[in-house]
This record gives sequence, C-alpha cells and structure tokens, in this order.
Amino acid sequence: MAVSLREYRARIKSTESMKKITRAMELIAASRIIKAQQRAQQAAPYARELTRAVSAVATFSNVDHPLTHEEENPKRAAVLVITSDRGLAGAYSSSVLKEVERLSERLREEGKEIDYFLAGRKAVAYFKFRQRPFVDSWTGFSDQPSYDVAAQIGRALIDAFLKQQGEEGDVDEVHIVYTRFRSMLVQEPTAVRLLPLEVVEGEEPPGEAELLPLYEFEPSAAEVLDGLLPQYVQSRIFYSLLQAAASELAARQKAMKSATDNAEELIKKFTRIANQARQAGITQEISEIVGGVNALADAQAAAND
Amino acid sequence: MADHKGAAGSEALHVELVAADRTVWSGDAAMVIARTKEGDLGVLRDHAPALSLLAEAVVEIQVEGTDDVVVAAVDGGFLSVAHNRVSILSEHIELGEEIHVERVKAELEEARGLIGANNEAERRVRHAEARLRAAEKVSSGASH
Repeated sequence: MAVSLREYRARIKSTESMKKITRAMELIAASRIIKAQQRAQQAAPYARELTRAVSAVATFSNVDHPLTHEEENPKRAAVLVITSDRGLAGAYSSSVLKEVERLSERLREEGKEIDYFLAGRKAVAYFKFRQRPFVDSWTGFSDQPSYDVAAQIGRALIDAFLKQQGEEGDVDEVHIVYTRFRSMLVQEPTAVRLLPLEVVEGEEPPGEAELLPLYEFEPSAAEVLDGLLPQYVQSRIFYSLLQAAASELAARQKAMKSATDNAEELIKKFTRIANQARQAGITQEISEIVGGVNALADAQAAAND
Repeated sequence: MADHKGAAGSEALHVELVAADRTVWSGDAAMVIARTKEGDLGVLRDHAPALSLLAEAVVEIQVEGTDDVVVAAVDGGFLSVAHNRVSILSEHIELGEEIHVERVKAELEEARGLIGANNEAERRVRHAEARLRAAEKVSSGASH
C-alpha cells in the first residue's frame, strides 16, 4: 500500500472538481453552438442574395474583373488560416494547421511561394513558436466573429491580390483553410481557393423555375460588379468564420465531454483503490487484535500451567 | 423566391432588407424609395428588373396597407428588383428607431475632423449623416 487512504481521498476530491469544471465547459459550449448556428442562419440570406446578384451580373456581362482574373504564371499564394483563440477544443486547431501544411506542400510543389494570413491565437502561436513569418494576423473573435472583422480580413486579402505581379506583397491566388461544420459530430478542416473568384461554378446553380430575369444595371454592369465582388469576397470570408466558430464550439463540447467521462472513470478507479486500502487497513487491525488476544491467552495458559 | 410567380400585378411588392449578419426587415410594401449612385429610385409594383448600387443614404419603405413607413440607413450596398421582389443588401443597416442620435452626432464630429486625412472619413461622414436623417425622419413621423 504505497499511498495512504487520505491521499486517495484527496485525489478523488480534486478529480471531482475537475469533472465539475469540464462539465460546465461542456454545457457552455453546447449552449453557444446553438447561438453560433443561429448566427450562421441569420447570415445566410445576405450570402444567398449576394450570390444571386453576382451570378446575375456575371451571366449578363462579359466578366472580366480584376478579382476573377487568373494570373498566367502564379508565383505567390496567400493562405488564410482560421483557428481558434483558445485551446481545450481537442484537435480542432491542430487539424486545421495540418491541413495548412498539406496545402502549403502542394503549393510549393507547384512552385509558388506562400504568404500566410492568420486568424486566431492558436495559429499565431504555432507560427511564432516555429519562427515562421506571416503577413498579418487577427485575433480575439474566434467563437463569435462579427462582419466587421470579416470585412477587415477581406480588404487585406483583396489589396494583396490586386497588386501587380512583382510588386511588394503581391499574391496571385488566395486560399482559405477553415473547418467546415457538417454536424455536431463531424467537422472537417477544408481548404478552398477564394481568389481569383470562380463566380459561376462552385455555387449551386439557380433552379429551372427561377431563371434569372434580364436586369437593368445602374450605373453599369461593370460598376455594379465592381461594387459587388468585394462584398461577395467578404461575405465568403464571413461564412468561413461562422462555420469555423460553430466547429470550434462543437469540438470543444466533444473534448470536454470526453474529459468529463474520463474524470468519472478516474473517480471510480480511485474509489475502488481507496476502498481496498481501507479494507486492508481494517483487516490488518483485526489480525493484529486477534494476534494480540491469542498471545495474551497463550501467555495466561503458560502461567496457569 | 421560387414561390413568387403567378400573374404579374396580382401580388404585392415583397421587400427584404438584409444586413450582413441579419435580416433587418421583411414584408410587403406599397413603395420603396432608395438613393442609388445615380439618384433617387422609387420602386412600385411590377418594376422592371434592375440592379443598382446604393449610396450611403436613407431607404424608405411604405408598408402595404398601412401608413407606416420603415426608415433605415444603409451603408452602400445594392438594391435588386425582379418579379415584384426587392432585396436591399448592405453591410450595415440600421432602422431609424435603433439609431442613437447622440452617438451618431459624436461620430459625425469625429469623422468630420478626419476629413482629408483619409478616404475612409468621407464615407463615414456620409454614413453618419444618413443615419441622422433616418433618425430624424422617424421622430418627425412619430410626432404627427
């Protein structure tokens, strides 16, 4: 019996309080997921209308916009990495970072250099620890992103994209790595190319019933497109941020649930060992008493003889 | 959307006022007045399909069947009309009732001070002015 009963009791107690904490975190994450999903739903009409409008303009005018222009010989790519600000979410951030490494390797094989843009403290910490350079970073919003942040990130990426090749800080394509929220159980790290935009593909085409009407554009199709595309980019980024937020919370809930389960197991195990130790103590005491009584009886018998 | 077909003229003008993170207002309207980059635009029933960029200004929606007018300040964005369906999209939309006049006035002062320093300031001034107008319109409408 290496450890005394008292120490086991103390361990049980601390595990119990740990369990309470992880349980609370699990419940908080669960309630926030609902909010995050609501936010994603509220943002959906904007994204839907914007997509309709962009495809309307793209269908009726010959799209040749800087944001849809493919560079013939792309040399640099920007990668926007979306991770969480805080840990305790299982493998959430590290699986995003793994996806980033995979994408980076692919881009490097294609002979492109990479500029990193980071969102979330985990990504920043990862890059700083490895002393790898990054262009810009945004932190402090990962579990409830606002549109303003998305707009800020969007502007930075669009600016970098619109620069001429050879100019300082120019990139020829922009990728986003984020975690797609499939369900409460499944979240997948995903890499998508954001720029140059592929307006017609990728989005679900409008159904036969709602063929696009012949719009009149004001001031002109080109200017409308000019106004719409940056907003479209920002709304895509906002969508990724919202998906990432929901995924983060789901991952955290799952991680905290298994932590709570583990704590429960541990408490069970410790209780069993503590009971064993207690029983061993009692048995020893009894055998000591019995031994003592026997010895006394033997001594008395010897004296009486 | 798909359920809005049927004979032209037999249905009301359906309006969706959508900001980046929420739907601000949606319902049927008699008329929508908005300011585009080219000038004011009024939309009645059976308007031809159009897609216009909006200026930082006030959008008014006369609600169908009542005297109510919904007044909102938009921050650029665009308006699209098709099949008696109007969508007004802007990154930030505030209804007149939601606007804190004092706060906007303070912001207006601040933005005016920055004019010339950067291009952003002029846009902020216009946006703040639009919000003030929206708030004024709502309060003057309520006092009648």
